[in-house]
Amino acid sequence: MTGNALAQVGVFLALLVLFARPLGGYIAKVAKGERHRLSFALYPIERLALRALGLSSDPGHPPNEMTWKRYAASVLIVSGVGIVLLVVLQLAQGSLPLNPHEVGAPTFGVSLNTAVSFVTNTNWQTYAGESSLSPLTQMLGLATQNFLSAATGIAVLFALIRGFSKSRSDTIGNFWVDFVRVTVHVLLPLAFILALILVTQGVVQTFDTPAHVTTLEGSHQTLALGPVASQVAIKQLGTNGGGYFNVNSAHPLENPNALSNLLQCLAILLIPAALCFTFGHLVSDRRQGRALIIAMFAVFVPFTLATVAAEQTANPRLDPVALDTAPSELQPGGNMEGKEARFGITDSALWATATTAASNGSVNAMHDSMTPLGGLFPMVLMQLGEVIFGGVGSGLYGLIVFAILAVFAAGLMVGRTPEYLGKKIEVREMQMASLAILLPAAMVLCGTALAVMVPEGRAATANPGAHGFSEILYALSSGANNNGSAFGGLTANGDFFAHLQSLAMLVGRFGVLVPVLAIAGSLAKKQAIPASTGTLPTHGPLFIGLLVGVVLLVGALTFIPSLALGPIVEHLQLHTPGGILP
Amino acid sequence: MLTTFRRELVISLRALAFFSILLGVLYPLLVTGISQLAFSRQANGSLVYRDGKPIASTLVGQPFTSPRYFWGRPSAISAVDPDPKPDASAIPEPILSSGSNLGPSNPDLHKAIADRIAVLRAADPGNLRPIPIDLVTASASGLDPHISPAAARYQLPRVARARGMTQVELDALVDAHIESRLFGLFGEPIVDVVRLNIALDERDHRP
Repeated sequence: MTGNALAQVGVFLALLVLFARPLGGYIAKVAKGERHRLSFALYPIERLALRALGLSSDPGHPPNEMTWKRYAASVLIVSGVGIVLLVVLQLAQGSLPLNPHEVGAPTFGVSLNTAVSFVTNTNWQTYAGESSLSPLTQMLGLATQNFLSAATGIAVLFALIRGFSKSRSDTIGNFWVDFVRVTVHVLLPLAFILALILVTQGVVQTFDTPAHVTTLEGSHQTLALGPVASQVAIKQLGTNGGGYFNVNSAHPLENPNALSNLLQCLAILLIPAALCFTFGHLVSDRRQGRALIIAMFAVFVPFTLATVAAEQTANPRLDPVALDTAPSELQPGGNMEGKEARFGITDSALWATATTAASNGSVNAMHDSMTPLGGLFPMVLMQLGEVIFGGVGSGLYGLIVFAILAVFAAGLMVGRTPEYLGKKIEVREMQMASLAILLPAAMVLCGTALAVMVPEGRAATANPGAHGFSEILYALSSGANNNGSAFGGLTANGDFFAHLQSLAMLVGRFGVLVPVLAIAGSLAKKQAIPASTGTLPTHGPLFIGLLVGVVLLVGALTFIPSLALGPIVEHLQLHTPGGILP
Repeated sequence: MLTTFRRELVISLRALAFFSILLGVLYPLLVTGISQLAFSRQANGSLVYRDGKPIASTLVGQPFTSPRYFWGRPSAISAVDPDPKPDASAIPEPILSSGSNLGPSNPDLHKAIADRIAVLRAADPGNLRPIPIDLVTASASGLDPHISPAAARYQLPRVARARGMTQVELDALVDAHIESRLFGLFGEPIVDVVRLNIALDERDHRP
């Protein structure tokens, strides 16, 4: 690994903490409904929104708090309605305005897949951005859900945190209030600022028709334009990941240079990292939030460095004499297939781990063309359940589920009733935590097994041999954990994969979200008990180690056998001289 | 139960209607308005004009085949419009960006790279230096406008010969087009092939 790579990763993470800490404090104020520096501009929008929803906007009479069941019902209904409307919008786009290329309706399977994908904050791209969705669909449908699915995740996190901070309470907050506040106070201003900065760097933002260029050699080039920057800003901040263009943030008009790349990559991790600090504020013990972000870093850093190292390795099957693959100040070297010159190895690998650690899924390089190990680490980051940063809100509530499992494991070792943040962890919490961990994992493995058994599944792969299996495993890992990135060679727009992935995304989203709200409801009812000498402190290195251990162990036990059939065997085939390739 | 459902359904519909307008219409319109006023060149694709006609986006690669030009990254797509159809009035479809998505163990990848090596060797038979890897691997977007400085230098002999320049002269021009890392740290040192080739053409057309 080059010195530059280490320095880049180090400075990147320092910048991340620098921005995430104050943002975490800000989001805590938003969660509590306190006034902040931007209140003068944003509070009127919040009141307007509450009134538009038909809720009380009078601070003296806030809307009623909800039980966990009511909260979950609100989430499910707004998501369900969102899916239906988005399907209708796509099927009707051919006869709607703002459709300069006159694109028609996608198939029902693809529309459903895209709708589920955006409402579940997955943003798996079955559609080919610039050629199959009209700007109207992209803006009105996809961009809106980019905000709302992200706001939903953060709202559910707030509800879970209230489960810890409330005592003997039947309620865990009002979903609509959380939903409105997060959208108006957090996502909208951040996206607005980031969008404008991205435009200054060359990310396009126009409603004009495509640009026509007569090239230097006299050919014609028709370039798709569109309102890209406004959508890219929220796609990164909301861990959505669905790009305007087919190749997402590898497209030079979506991510033109090193600065736009740095900002977008920071935006991917910004809110998931900030929410750790928010958590500390809201449970009135900042050390608790710090412990969780340290746990995330403890997994993220080694995975990132390993991915950089893997991609810096030349493909052993290429002619070593004719090619120069050594990194230097004049070239990136390594495995440049499917990578952009301006990002080289390090920025592509750093992005690949950031986008899969967070459940973002946008790409600035083609993951399908990465080395076997370079593709393995991002795949594992998704399979860990999207809890290392993870989706906005959903990543942290997922990690808190693992924290519950970790204190339970610790409690078993010493024979005490486990506690987390002053709440006893009992049967109900463990049942729900197990469900939240097992459902997505089961979906990945069963879905992969099904796909490799049926001809439609096998026929969708683009690469032969073990790599084809990796494509399918990666797709299901991505869908069932709401990531959205892909080994792009897989033809996932046939009915089989479109429907299988729709199911996977629904299981991955609501199979975790509903149990988490059930935990929140159960915890809120309990009385907080003061910590005693026998309580395991959950802010120290012992707990952090235990938490990381539980996350990695669950992931390893579940997925190593399947990984052995894909990236691991491909790595061995490639690096065995004379080894047989497909 | 049913009234709760109906109530939440109504709020959901109102929420989606309100936010579709705020986030789906007003937000992109406001960003577009400001961008078009303050940064209209960048917001419209960073186009470069010659004699009033757009000849390139400085951000989007063009396929170059003439030995007189520096060549860019190989592309898994055709980065230009297909030949005009008989019905020339039809608006051409915009180019669909894509990578090759060939896996590292795929024999098709090994063959594609071997073919590209052969083409480069044939274009400059005397040049036996190892070829920088970025010059024979397909970019992620298929529209990458950049190559590494090493890949630009590798092509010096061919372009110099085709243009009747000395390699030293040409090397100076390439050097002037190397963009270094952001803050000396982020990204990679790169050469924008489109800009470099425009500069070459301008130099040759100077009276």
